[in-house]
Amino acid sequence: MRGTAKTIICAFALAAVAIMSASVRPALSADILAVKAAVIRVDVQKPLPISRLDLPPDDLGFVGGQLATADNQTTGRFTGQAFETIDLAVASDQAVAEAQRLVAEGVHYIVMAAEADTLLAVADAVGDSAVVVNAQAMDDRLRNDGCRANVLHVAPSRAMVTDALAQFLMWKKWREWALVHGSHPEDLLLAEAYRRAAKKFGAKIVEERVFEDTGGARRTDSGHVLVQKQMPVFTQRMDDYDVLVAADEADVFAAYLPYQTWDPRPVAGSAGLRPTTFHPAHEAWGATQFQRRFEKESNRYARPLDYQVWLALRVLGEVVTRTNSYDPAVMRDYLLGPNFELAAFKGVKVTFRPWNGQLRQPVLLVGDKVLVSVSPQKEYLHKVSRLDTLGFDEPESTCVR
Amino acid sequence: MIRSTCAALIAFGALACAQTAGAYTVYVTNEKGNTITVLDSETWEVTTTIPGGQRPRGITISHDGKELYVCASDDDTVRVFDTATLKQTHTLPSGPDPELFILHPSGNPLYIANEDDNIVTVVDVEKHTMIAEVPVGVEPEGMGISPDGKVVVNTSETTNMAHFINTETYEIFQNVLVDQRPRFAQFTADGSKLYVSAEIGGTVSVIDPAAGTITKKISFEVPGMAPEALQPVGVRVTSDGKKVFVALGPANRVAVIDGDTDEVVEYLLVGQRVWQMAFTPDEKFLITTNGNSNDVSIIDVESVKVIKSVQVGEQPWGVAVSPN
Repeated sequence: MRGTAKTIICAFALAAVAIMSASVRPALSADILAVKAAVIRVDVQKPLPISRLDLPPDDLGFVGGQLATADNQTTGRFTGQAFETIDLAVASDQAVAEAQRLVAEGVHYIVMAAEADTLLAVADAVGDSAVVVNAQAMDDRLRNDGCRANVLHVAPSRAMVTDALAQFLMWKKWREWALVHGSHPEDLLLAEAYRRAAKKFGAKIVEERVFEDTGGARRTDSGHVLVQKQMPVFTQRMDDYDVLVAADEADVFAAYLPYQTWDPRPVAGSAGLRPTTFHPAHEAWGATQFQRRFEKESNRYARPLDYQVWLALRVLGEVVTRTNSYDPAVMRDYLLGPNFELAAFKGVKVTFRPWNGQLRQPVLLVGDKVLVSVSPQKEYLHKVSRLDTLGFDEPESTCVR
Repeated sequence: MIRSTCAALIAFGALACAQTAGAYTVYVTNEKGNTITVLDSETWEVTTTIPGGQRPRGITISHDGKELYVCASDDDTVRVFDTATLKQTHTLPSGPDPELFILHPSGNPLYIANEDDNIVTVVDVEKHTMIAEVPVGVEPEGMGISPDGKVVVNTSETTNMAHFINTETYEIFQNVLVDQRPRFAQFTADGSKLYVSAEIGGTVSVIDPAAGTITKKISFEVPGMAPEALQPVGVRVTSDGKKVFVALGPANRVAVIDGDTDEVVEYLLVGQRVWQMAFTPDEKFLITTNGNSNDVSIIDVESVKVIKSVQVGEQPWGVAVSPN
């Protein structure tokens, strides 16, 4: 026993020397390239979510970013770059000023977790001096006539996620949909995306209904008693449908639909079978390793925005280690060029669409506690990349950059 | 090869030479089934199935054929089995979540990639103790060792690097940036080349180990197949360096590469999601693990043909063959 202990102590001393030597090992290039990036999360006053499971943690998004920066640094210490990321949570009227201040301090890569208008204001304010990466806003206009040359999108568009769900529903041969959407502007945009997806993949929307938001408290004690009475009445007497697709981005009603519809039908969209970029139960393609590292760092499950910010900063890590440059023009050219590719725990490489700066990516379809499917579905073919069956393909894009 | 092993064994009074030449024992880890399937390489039939611990993945065998090492990833340990009795005799301290490992050519120590902790753990297989821990990149998996035993190469899946570790000092002295998600590192028998596969990048880099540079990148193409499905994982090279086999994952094929030109010569259709492979000691056969069809494929190396498929356990991952 004692001999073994001695061996172990010796071993750790040896290991400590090894660790220290590894970390002071000279980098491949003589100078270390300092890469200072920023994550700006624009917090907007919102009503509480329907489910307390959706209450946002204070560090939402930022933890994903910190994990990516640590991951980038494990490469950077061998390739000669030093990665640092500044996290800022601001109100929407402060975003532009903060972004400009960061650029003045040498930040050339800004990850935005913000709504579309704030994103565009920041992008227009910083111009060529930084690459702006959209990690949150899903507006289709940002990928079309509202696009910007200095903006890349890591967040998927509404078109991509609705296409992802539509492909699976068509694979299931659940072709007849009842579309129920909310009354907020974002709900109307999402409903429009579902209509487009239905047309694109040959589904038929047999009926549409609107769930008006009449305000009031989101959660009440024993509220389920009323929901059990109201939802069946709200969904009764629909034309025959296979699946109820809910478009409720404002999070007012959709969570109340599964098992409460008049007809015994599955719910999909904003509740039930949901298209998303990430989920804590996702384990395929090595994702378990990401989940474990994230949870060790944050003491909570990863949310889609955490993953999206992580991805946005991994994009930075990849472009900098391959080009050894932090110049926005050099980075933008490489990111939109043929050589950029990144592994993202989705089983295939993710790359940027040169016509609108949107990151091509698979979309997860999640249900109760496990992954149900991943789109694009294998049966949908494409001459360039199957991932381009999701969202706006090159001939359809109205983006001029 | 077999004769000299026999001589060594006779000197130690072992009886293993009673086996007919050509009959080896093949061990396959079944990641989901938590078992190890044992096959006979003469009949290619399953002789038995034994419990393998939780999530058994990497598997290797001692040079004398007596001990079978299995990475039981969810048990955070390496399980060691006596090959004569197929009973577990002990475990080795492996560090958390061991995935793949490699034995020094002398038979000791064992270099283990700890997927969760970003380290390579070095373990003495005789004393059953941890000798050292080497910090590497994020998500280490692939482990290769130079034929002279002086360099261990570890690949990190998220850092996209091949780290070259000096086996005397345990220092990383060289790093090569490869394509996305490297999974496997394999030296040629003469040590002149190192092959590193990049699963998501879709390439195999041919590296000059002395210079630390990539001399060639091998890409794959199968008509009618989406390029993203060609995901190289395991790599094996015949000892004469003439044939290189690369498992292409969800492409369900093994690429055959001319070891002199490093050009792809053909693709062999095997089972689904082929990841790891192992030669029989005489290099007459190559066995591939097909994770999603729950079988292994047997390739006749001389004729470069798939001769058989054999059902094993659930989601076969690794494969090792007895040296005798």
